[in-house]
Amino acid sequence: MRFTTPVLSRRTLAAAVASTLVLGYGMAPALAATPKDTLVVAFAFDDIITMDPAEVFEISASEVMGNIYDRLVRLDINDPSKLVNDIAKSWTVSADGKTFSFELKPGLKFASGNPLTADDVAFSLQRAVLLDKSPAFILTQFGFSKTNVKDKIKATGALTMTLETDKAYAPSFVMNCLTADVGAVVDKKLVLANEVAGDLGYAWLKTHYAGSGPLKLREWRANEVVALERNDSYYGKKAPLARVLYRHIKESSTQRLLLEKGDIDMARNLAPQDLAAMASNKDIKIESAPKGTVYYISLNQKNPNLAKPEVREALKWLVDYAAIGDTLIKNIGTVDQNFLPVGLLGASTVNPYKLDVDKARALLVKAGLPNGFKVTIDMRTIQPVQGITESFQQNAKRAGIDIEIIPGDGKQVLTKYRARTHDMYIGQWGADYWDPHSNATFVQNTDNSDDAKAKPLAWRNAWVAPELEKMADAAVVERDTGKRKKIYEDMQAEFRKASPFIMLYQQVEVAAVRSNVAGFKLGPTFGSDYMFTASKR
Amino acid sequence: MRKLQAVGRFAVVIVLTYLGLLAVTFFIGRVMPIDPVLAIVGDRASGELVARVREELGFNKPLWEQFYIYISKVLRGDFGTSVLSSHPVMDDIRRAFPATFELATLGILIGVALGVPLGVWAAVRRGGVVDQIVRVMGLVGYSVPIFWLGLMGLVLFYARLDWVAGPGRIDVVYEYTLTPVTGLLLLDAAMAGQWDAFGNVLSHLILPASLLGYFSLAYISRMTRSFMLHELSQEYIVAARAKGLSETRIIWRHALRNAMVPLVTVISLSYAGLLEGSVLTETVFAWPGLGLYITNSLQNADMNAVLGGTIVVGSIFIGLNLLSDLLYKTLDPRTRTR
Repeated sequence: MRFTTPVLSRRTLAAAVASTLVLGYGMAPALAATPKDTLVVAFAFDDIITMDPAEVFEISASEVMGNIYDRLVRLDINDPSKLVNDIAKSWTVSADGKTFSFELKPGLKFASGNPLTADDVAFSLQRAVLLDKSPAFILTQFGFSKTNVKDKIKATGALTMTLETDKAYAPSFVMNCLTADVGAVVDKKLVLANEVAGDLGYAWLKTHYAGSGPLKLREWRANEVVALERNDSYYGKKAPLARVLYRHIKESSTQRLLLEKGDIDMARNLAPQDLAAMASNKDIKIESAPKGTVYYISLNQKNPNLAKPEVREALKWLVDYAAIGDTLIKNIGTVDQNFLPVGLLGASTVNPYKLDVDKARALLVKAGLPNGFKVTIDMRTIQPVQGITESFQQNAKRAGIDIEIIPGDGKQVLTKYRARTHDMYIGQWGADYWDPHSNATFVQNTDNSDDAKAKPLAWRNAWVAPELEKMADAAVVERDTGKRKKIYEDMQAEFRKASPFIMLYQQVEVAAVRSNVAGFKLGPTFGSDYMFTASKR
Repeated sequence: MRKLQAVGRFAVVIVLTYLGLLAVTFFIGRVMPIDPVLAIVGDRASGELVARVREELGFNKPLWEQFYIYISKVLRGDFGTSVLSSHPVMDDIRRAFPATFELATLGILIGVALGVPLGVWAAVRRGGVVDQIVRVMGLVGYSVPIFWLGLMGLVLFYARLDWVAGPGRIDVVYEYTLTPVTGLLLLDAAMAGQWDAFGNVLSHLILPASLLGYFSLAYISRMTRSFMLHELSQEYIVAARAKGLSETRIIWRHALRNAMVPLVTVISLSYAGLLEGSVLTETVFAWPGLGLYITNSLQNADMNAVLGGTIVVGSIFIGLNLLSDLLYKTLDPRTRTR
């Protein structure tokens, strides 16, 4: 999942000024109102670059996909450890664990009016593999390739299809991957009608729609508006609202102003101080859901000081987790020192570290660095990351470690991180699909050479942990869920001790909603924030 | 013959200006410590995919070759596709420009309509109350950040007093009932006879436009004042007074007419500045114009969009400069080439 580019620091300043003004001035009663059949959402969606589900890999676009495209199965948003059928009526796994057979619900239709058949589903999955865009690995990790995919994923009847993996993976792993956007079903006839030079409709679908979900895409104008409308051909319960409009508004203070005035129905990017100020407003309620995104500081093992196990541990004792939890991430996150966010199979809630400067100092002496050392950290200039980094810097100084903060823009910091030329880095990682294997990237590093083909998080920090990697490989093919869970728990116990990752917190997504909006729920993934269930009084 | 030479010289200057503009933007874009490929493939892509996209986009070629390819595409009218919007850059600009044009034009009209008379008045009553007010306004307009004034305006006129509409160009209610024809929503609403939509658009427009108007007013009035003071001290004014011409006629017909010559340049450059996209105003008011477009593109290393935007901005500057030169020559015969 990609992340939104940070705002300019002067915008942050603007937001701060505005909040102060708004708070100081107080609000007039709401006069404006949005139309009764339309939900208006203020949302920073400048990360969207495509509307093609075979390419979508961004937070905001994923939310849109969840509302406009169907897939075989979906996550149960009330209990993400379970799956619910979407357009699949039933599914079975063969005895050898390699063949998945699906039967579709009858009478399905696309928004275009075309019937939805097993051929469309097979085409959609094949198309994702053939196009081979960023999220294609979610499917290709099961052994599908451009050459074999047409044999491995195929329709066996109008409403039946099979999918054959190369190994016997944990069935929940395979099925969870199919809930991802890359498993969304597109209208084969419509897409191919818009094909240019054999591109499988790629150029067209970037800005158009060919789905069957409860809502359909009317228009997307980058950084301006995403307009969704009710799909009257939808097989299930029809969306109560005729329209859902997302407006691109970045500043927390502006979102708050619009919400309190009633010009919008929902604000999605509110800062902790604006959220706190809303708590007393009777016209507004706050919804929240823990998300599969974790924040961490990583230590590049190419730096000889950071490569010392004692130093790695010392730094973990130099973060004031309690203070960060109470202030900087209040309402928008919870302290978590594990690489699996709560909600995923095997997630742990053990958080052994707290701020302890003496312990850190003793560890530094043991590491042969009694006078500390100098080191840099690369950071995006966004909150709460900036606040956390500054707090970390101050605590580290008390133990003699002199941290120089290198602020930068999102893509700039990332470019450096991907080339692993940093010392320390603070950033976030969101699960690409709802399975613990998605976060195995924290331990996987089969080739630590500079020109390695795969560059997961462990590689970016030049960390090699063969034992943990073996455990990750075993977990992904473990078909007994109980045993699988145990492996992940054991992995995290070791990870907390030895890894060069200081895990900080898990994100909680918050939406402030006007009280006349009902039936809306934030899900555990970005693709399960459902707007199609919302209604207005 | 001389005229032909002048035109030729002018054409060469324009071509060189464009080339310089493109080269500077292009090379700055390429040496930025940001990987444009990342903007396309995202954080999670495999090294293989990154390498493939880099090759597809030609980023593995030498810089001068990339520049050459870019220039030859631009000459064919192809500005490439924006990474952010997935639309051709020209389509994006065509959509963003009317928003900025509408805002900037109303802004400059307000600026000129108030700034020139105020400047004249301040010069005539030098040291008087009006002069002091104009000077304070100029000072505030120059030293207070425009986004702060914007936020203040929103809090006061939108949140508190409810006199104007909030951020954005138009209310949701009208968003899908008003069909954009020219992209200038005021004009579109008027042509369609949708007067309630017209009122709504105006209500959204008035605050940011006044802000820009005030910003240019501060500058225009100050310059008008100093040009007028210069003219009023000239001998022909003394002569005019001696001839018994009315003071009004002297100020408005004689002095201002001559002051207008340098003032035209000031106004057209202010206008170009506003058209270039008042980034912060557009940010505060969520105004989907050119300024916001270029800023967003820059932040996302969307270089096709940045370069396309730069060419448009450059053209505006060159165009308005040319226009003010021509006006200069019309207003002041002494500057005409003989």
